[in-house]
Parts: sequence; structure tokens; C-alpha cells
Amino acid sequence: MIGGLIVQGLQMLLVLLLAPLLTGLVRKVKARLQRRRGPSLIQPYRDLRRLLSKDVVLAENASWLFRVAPYVIFATTWVAAALVPTFATGLVFSWSGDLIAITALLGSARFAQALAAMDIGTSFGGIGASREMMIASLAEPAMLMIVLSVALIVGSTQLSTIADHMAFANVGLRVSLGLALIAFVVVALAENARIPVDNPATHLELTMVHEAMVLEYSGRHLAMIELAAALKLLLYISVIGCIFFPFGLAESYLVGLLCYLVKLTFAGVLLGVFEMSIAKMRVFRVPNFLGAALMLGLLGVLLLFVSEGM
Amino acid sequence: MIVLPLLCVALQLCMAVAGACFASRPSGRMVVYGGSLVISAATLLIALFSLAAAPSDTVLPLGLPWTGAHFHLDPLAAFFLAVVGLGSAGACLYALGYGRHEHEPQRVLPFYPLFLAGLNLVVIAADAFSFLFAWELMSLASWALVMSHHREGDNAHAGYVYIVMASFSGLALLLCFGVLAGASGDYSFAAIGATHLSPGVATLALVLALIGAGSKAGVVPLHAWLPLAHPAAPSHVSALMSGVMTKVAVYGFIRIAFDLLGIPAWWSATIVLAVGGITAVLGVLYALMEHDLKRLLAYHTVENIGIIFIGLGLAMAFRANALTSAAALGLTAALFHVFNHSVFKSLLFFGAGAVQTATGERDMDHLGGLIHRMPKTAFAFLIGCMAISALPPLNGFVSEWLTFQAILLHPNLPQWGLKLAIPADGALLALSAALAAACFVKAFGITFLGRPRTRTAADARETDRFSLQAMFAFAGLCLLAGILPGMVIDLLAPVTQALIGAHMPTQLDVAWLSIIPVASARSSYNGLLVFVFIAASASLTVLAIHRFASHAVRRAPPWDCGFPDPRPETQYTGGSFAQPIRRVYGATVFRTQETVTMPLPGELTAARIEKHLTDTVWAAFYAPVATVIWRLAELLNVLQFLTIRRYLGFVFAALVILLLALALWQ
Repeated sequence: MIGGLIVQGLQMLLVLLLAPLLTGLVRKVKARLQRRRGPSLIQPYRDLRRLLSKDVVLAENASWLFRVAPYVIFATTWVAAALVPTFATGLVFSWSGDLIAITALLGSARFAQALAAMDIGTSFGGIGASREMMIASLAEPAMLMIVLSVALIVGSTQLSTIADHMAFANVGLRVSLGLALIAFVVVALAENARIPVDNPATHLELTMVHEAMVLEYSGRHLAMIELAAALKLLLYISVIGCIFFPFGLAESYLVGLLCYLVKLTFAGVLLGVFEMSIAKMRVFRVPNFLGAALMLGLLGVLLLFVSEGM
Repeated sequence: MIVLPLLCVALQLCMAVAGACFASRPSGRMVVYGGSLVISAATLLIALFSLAAAPSDTVLPLGLPWTGAHFHLDPLAAFFLAVVGLGSAGACLYALGYGRHEHEPQRVLPFYPLFLAGLNLVVIAADAFSFLFAWELMSLASWALVMSHHREGDNAHAGYVYIVMASFSGLALLLCFGVLAGASGDYSFAAIGATHLSPGVATLALVLALIGAGSKAGVVPLHAWLPLAHPAAPSHVSALMSGVMTKVAVYGFIRIAFDLLGIPAWWSATIVLAVGGITAVLGVLYALMEHDLKRLLAYHTVENIGIIFIGLGLAMAFRANALTSAAALGLTAALFHVFNHSVFKSLLFFGAGAVQTATGERDMDHLGGLIHRMPKTAFAFLIGCMAISALPPLNGFVSEWLTFQAILLHPNLPQWGLKLAIPADGALLALSAALAAACFVKAFGITFLGRPRTRTAADARETDRFSLQAMFAFAGLCLLAGILPGMVIDLLAPVTQALIGAHMPTQLDVAWLSIIPVASARSSYNGLLVFVFIAASASLTVLAIHRFASHAVRRAPPWDCGFPDPRPETQYTGGSFAQPIRRVYGATVFRTQETVTMPLPGELTAARIEKHLTDTVWAAFYAPVATVIWRLAELLNVLQFLTIRRYLGFVFAALVILLLALALWQ
């Protein structure tokens, strides 16, 4: 029990420590592809430290909700990340929430973020919140369709069980899993405000979604939100690794950790390359993009029945 | 035990008399609402104690002389009695403060206890006659309450639509019981339950029950009266109508579909599933387009009824295939959502009522910034918004999570129709949950956040003590049921055991108060731990940052990319918040038409955007019926101004035709 608690605690610290590094890696890859040298890998840590030591500049009419929201966003994202198996399955508290609960916890964070964006009463806050909720209204059903098709193969929504099953049982190559993976990547891009849905580096007014919501934040509040965003990216990559590439999860902790780091690096580089190779979409083309993910998820579920019926 | 609820109903009727006598005096409000509060709390206690007790019956020499009135209290009735008791106790407490703003209490006080008595009676009635009598009592009393401010706005129209739909619902249920009782003509529920029906008759009865109870509950396309009537009533009555009366309608459906009908064929579950899925998504889309706070809440009730019917449809599908434990899971999910929705929807209507009394406004585009002026109301309303958006660790998430777990069990079903229909329903459920979050970001964000859009919103004052107590009690329940869902599930075990013959595994025995619907390897959720984790990590972070990093705060004007505009009109409104969603879904659902008129260069007129939404359900179902009735009325109009000689001629002709028909019949 005590050992389990320690491993769980270590896992929570690990995701917290690795998250900014992953963001730094993606930025570095993008910079290198643009033939820039780019900031160093540990620049996100420096940014966080700088933000944490600065004063908060609060809009005059900000309410308590605006000040509480960053901590709520960070805490819910962190708890969600703690429920995902990273380097080992069967963590002590992994049974306190399944994949649906993780999705819903991220939904709680988004809810808090959208409300905080509307608190000051600026038009940018409104634009960000309304677009974010529109994107979420398509991404969440798509995510649940993916959960449904994975749960149909494995018979569980518990991530530890899914990872064990995927690693050991003879799942084989399935079309449904492939469709689910594509849909999951689309959802992950949308949820993490990456190109082509949103641009994390933009401050061009009319294209912002996530950045428009956090426009009024500064100092430690902004640090919390940035860290939560980094954690969320790490979380999605961990879930993809855990469901679709469960290598090393069942080995010893050291092997598991090494495999996890390799997976993160690989995913970070891929994300950087992908973001550099396509353009951002107009906001109203996003529904088609995410609708495709929803349909792929549903198609995956139906194909499962067809394949099992034969 | 059945005597005690009957006694409570009798006391409520006394309260109605007291309300009629003392309505004009200031003390009347305290007497009626205080008395009803005590009686409702007593009902709640009785119901909770009789949940696990043996069923009890009684026959009173009331109603029709040759049958008498049957009453019973089995676990299902006890559960719904508890929901009614809880909802009405909260509404009474709220009304102690809110009722002060009522200008004409004599139009509310006599009917309010009558409405409560009707709600209670429906649940404990055990024969078709008393059931329908109580159902109509409930409808008529609530109609009187809807019409209490009949001179304001569209309230008279709302009352008209409501009474038409209520009569329609009563008619469908009357026919349903007629089909159920069949030729034997014994209308007591025990006799109806014992008769075996042929599949065709059973399906007919089920469809009639779905129409009758569904139109009261607000199933699409029979929901048209809800968004009109619920906002028209005083807010504590709106809370009761949306939070409790729709649940009593759900009770009517469960009683018929799960108890009286026996086990319907599997394909009848597909009807319920389809109706549930469509209702959930359309309800929330309608709610998103609304900018009247109370209408938004009323439309959103439609969505939640859809979620409840999805759970019921799942239970019916599993039950038809003798998968009793899965059916118990589906039914538990639906009943849990019944409880949840009655709590948070009442809370939200209380909040909307508080806003209305503080500002005189229901249109959220005239509000804003109320979190500064009404901080406590805002906090309670926020909890309600989070709970209804199915966010963990609150209660709305648990019931939707349970529904999903039931959906995940569908590969066990043998029928292909169900295998394909249930995942589609899962997608609709997920869509409606995500849209609900958007809807309540809008409702809370536009009403309580930002800057005040009008003078009245800027001068709002915090609401009274009683209203706040009612709101905070229900907000506390939202959290409690969210972090200790095992308790609610265990309370529901006798209900599912009685109806389906199975119940979910006992949850309070599970370590750490987790809930495990099927097996621990399959899925589990622990609201308590999630809540403790979030609270602990948030407070640790706050402590660490304030201790080791900066805790200084400087106030400054908003940044807004460098061009802050101080005018409140520059904020997002309800309509502009919903614009992206309207653009994505509206083209098909509402046949949205947006026209933008730009002034020519040099012209000084403002640019205009005009949007036009069509209520497709109204256009497809109600408008044709209204047109036909109108045409018929035009045709029959000639009969209105005839001489007495001609009328007598008509009477004579009618008599002759009837006699002829009778003669030919024999």
C-alpha cells in the first residue's frame, strides 16, 4: 500500500515535471523546421518561473471566479493526468476514474476556463469561450465514440485494464482500432488547441480560441493555465501511448519509464512536424474536421459488429 | 405505512383551504408555505423509510362508488414520493422568501397546496380512476398557477397551450388504461398487472403511455408547452413543474411500462431509445438558442427528460432479453438522473427567480455582472450549472456515467436493431452532454459574469435569507450525491428489485466508497476521491505559490488586446455566444437564415445582421393541426347564427340518425 502510494505520487510529480519539457520539445522541433535555432528546451520552465514571480495584474471588474479558475483548471487537469497510466499500469488510484471520467474532468477544466474568459466582459473573452464550447461540443462526442469502440474490444473503460489487454491479449491489427487512432489524434489536436484547429503561437485576433480566453491573465494565474495546457498535451499523448502503443507498461518501472520517454519524444517530434506541414483552418471548417472524427468513431463501432458477426 | 402519505395529502388539502381563507393577509404566506414545508418534509421522511419496507395497500371509499379508491406504497412509489417530497420542501422554503414579491397572493396560495396534493396523489394512486383524477388535479392546479399572472406578456397564450396539451395527455392516458384494463373492466393496478396482454395490445398501450406521460414530461415533439408554461408561473412553481411534475410524468411511464404491461417486446425499446436520443439533443439545441433565462431552463428540462428516457429504453431492451442485471443498471441510471434533475433544476429555477425579483428581468441580454451584486446566488447557481453540465465531481456526471456504462453493455444483446441503435444513442447522449456544458456556460456567463448591461442589473441586490437557504441546501445535495453516489444507488436497489427482479451490486461495501456498476476490472468511479484530489491539489498549489512565489495583486483596466471598450454593449450576448453553434447545427435543425446588410461606402447607416430561426417541430406537428382546426371552425361557423327552428331541426335529425344507427346495430 505504502509502495503503491509512493509510485502514484512519483507518477503525479513526473507528469508535472515532464509537461513543460514536452512543450519545449514541440517548439524546438517547429523552430528547427523553420530553420531557426529556437529557444532552448527548458525555456518553458524559465517562462513559468518568471511568471510565478511577477505580480498579477487583475482587471478592475474581475470577480472571485476569475482568480479561482486558474487553480481549478490546473487541479482538475492534474488529477486527470494522474489517472492515466504513464510508465506502469495498476496505479493505486487508477480505479477512482475511468477514461470517461478523465474526459469529463477535462470538461470541468474547460468549463472553468470558458467562464473565466467571460468574467471581465471583453469581446475577446466571449469569442474564445463561445468558439471553445462549439469545438468541445463536437470533440467530446467523438472522444466518447472512441471510448466506446475501445471498450467494445477490451470490455472495459478502465485505462489500466485497457493497457494490459492491449499489451497481452492477441488483439491483432483491427480496422476499428486504426479508425479510433485517427479519430483520437484529431480530437487531441482540437482539444489541445493545436494547428489546424487553433494556433498556440498566434495573437492574431480573429483566429484565436484558446489564447483569446486567457488574454486577461497574467503572473501566477497565467503560469497555472500554461502549465495546465502543457499537462493536457502530455495527458493526451499518454492516453494514446497507453491505448494504442502499450509497450513497456507491464515491464519493470525502469523499462516502463524509458519506453514512456521514448514515446513522448516521438510524439512531440511528430506533432512538431505535423504542425509545420499544414495550415490553420478557418473556424467554421473545424466542424467538418471534427465531424469526420465523430463519424470515424461511429464507423469503428459499426465495423466491430460487422467483423464480429462474420 | 400508506396511511401516512394519505394523511399528508389530506393536510395539504387543508392547507389549500387555509390558503383560500388567509390569502389576503400577510400571515397567509407564512401559514401556507410554512405548513406545506412541514408536510413535505414529513412526506420525504415517510418515503425514505418505506423505500425498503414491504409494500402496503389500502382502499378508501372515495371516487367511483362501485370501485373505491385504491392506494399503495411500493418501492417505486416511495422513491418518487421522496423526489416529490424533497422538491416541494425546497420550493416551500424558497417561497417563504420569494412569495413576498407576489402582488396577488390570492391567485397563488390556494392552488399551491392543491398542486402539491395532486403530485403526491399521482404517485400513491393504485387504480386507473384515482390515478387519472390525481393527474388531472395536478394539471389543473398547475394551470391555475401558470395563469396567476395572466395579464403579463404571453402568459395567457402559455396557459392556453398548456391546458390543451394537458387535456391531450389526459386523453392518451385514459385510452391507455382503457386498453390495459381490456374487457374485464377492473381498473385497479393489481388486476391490470395480473392480466396477460397480447403483443399488439401491449405495444398500443405502451405507445399511448409514451404519448400521455411523455407529453407531460416534455418528450419531443410533445414538449411545446414546457418552454411557454414553466416560465409563466411564479418561480417556485416553475421549479416544481420542471423539477418535480415532469418526474411524476416519468413515474407514470415507468409504472405502465415496467409494472402494468409485463415485459414488452424488444423492438418497443427502440421507440423509447429513439425518442430519448432525439429529445435530448433537440432539447439542448433549443435551450442554446434561447435568451430568456427561465425559458432556457425549461427547454433544458426537455434534454434531461431525453436522458432519462434513454436510460429507461436501455432498461427495457435488456429486460426484454432477460439480461436483468444490465436492465437494473439502466433503470438505476434513469432513476438516479430523475433524482439529480429534480435537485439541480429546482436549484436553477430558484436562482432564476432570485435574479428576476432582484432585477425584474428574465432576458439575459439585459443582465450581466450579477456575480458582484448577488455573490451567494451566483455561487449556488454556479454549482447547479456545473451539476447539470455533467461535470465531475458533482451528481449529474454520475447518472450520465451510469447511463454510458449501461450503453457499453449492449454487445450482449442478440438483436441487430438494438446493437446498432444503442451506440447511435450513445453518440446523441455525448452530444447532448457537451452541448449542455455550452448552454450553461452561456446561461451563467451572460447572466452573472461580465459587466452589467442595464441599470437594473447594476443595481441588483442579494436575495432574501429563505431563498438562499433553499438554494444552498440543494447545492449541497448536488455535491453530496456526486461524491457519495453509492448511497443513492443502494437506496434505489429495492426499486429495481421490485420492478426487474435484480439490482446493482451493493455499493457501500466497496472499499473507499467507489462505485462499481458491473465489475471492478470493467469500470469504476470514485467521486469522493476525485473531489478530495481536486480540492487537495488546488489548495496545495495555492499554498505553495503564495508561500514561495508572488502573491501580489495589482488592479488595472482590462487589457483586451490593447483596445478595451468600456461600453457594455461590446460584450458577447446570448445570441452571439450561441452563434458558432447555431451555424454548425442550426442549418438543419432550425433552418437558420442569417442576412447581413452592409452599408455602401460613404453611407452612415449601421450594418445589420438579421437571423431567422424556424421552430421545425412546431411547423411540422402543431401548425398543420392548428390549420385543420381553423379550417373546420370556419366551415362550422355557418351553424352559429341560425334560428331556433333550425337548431330544433338539427336536434331532431341527430336523434333520428342515432335511433337508426341503434336499430341497424341490433
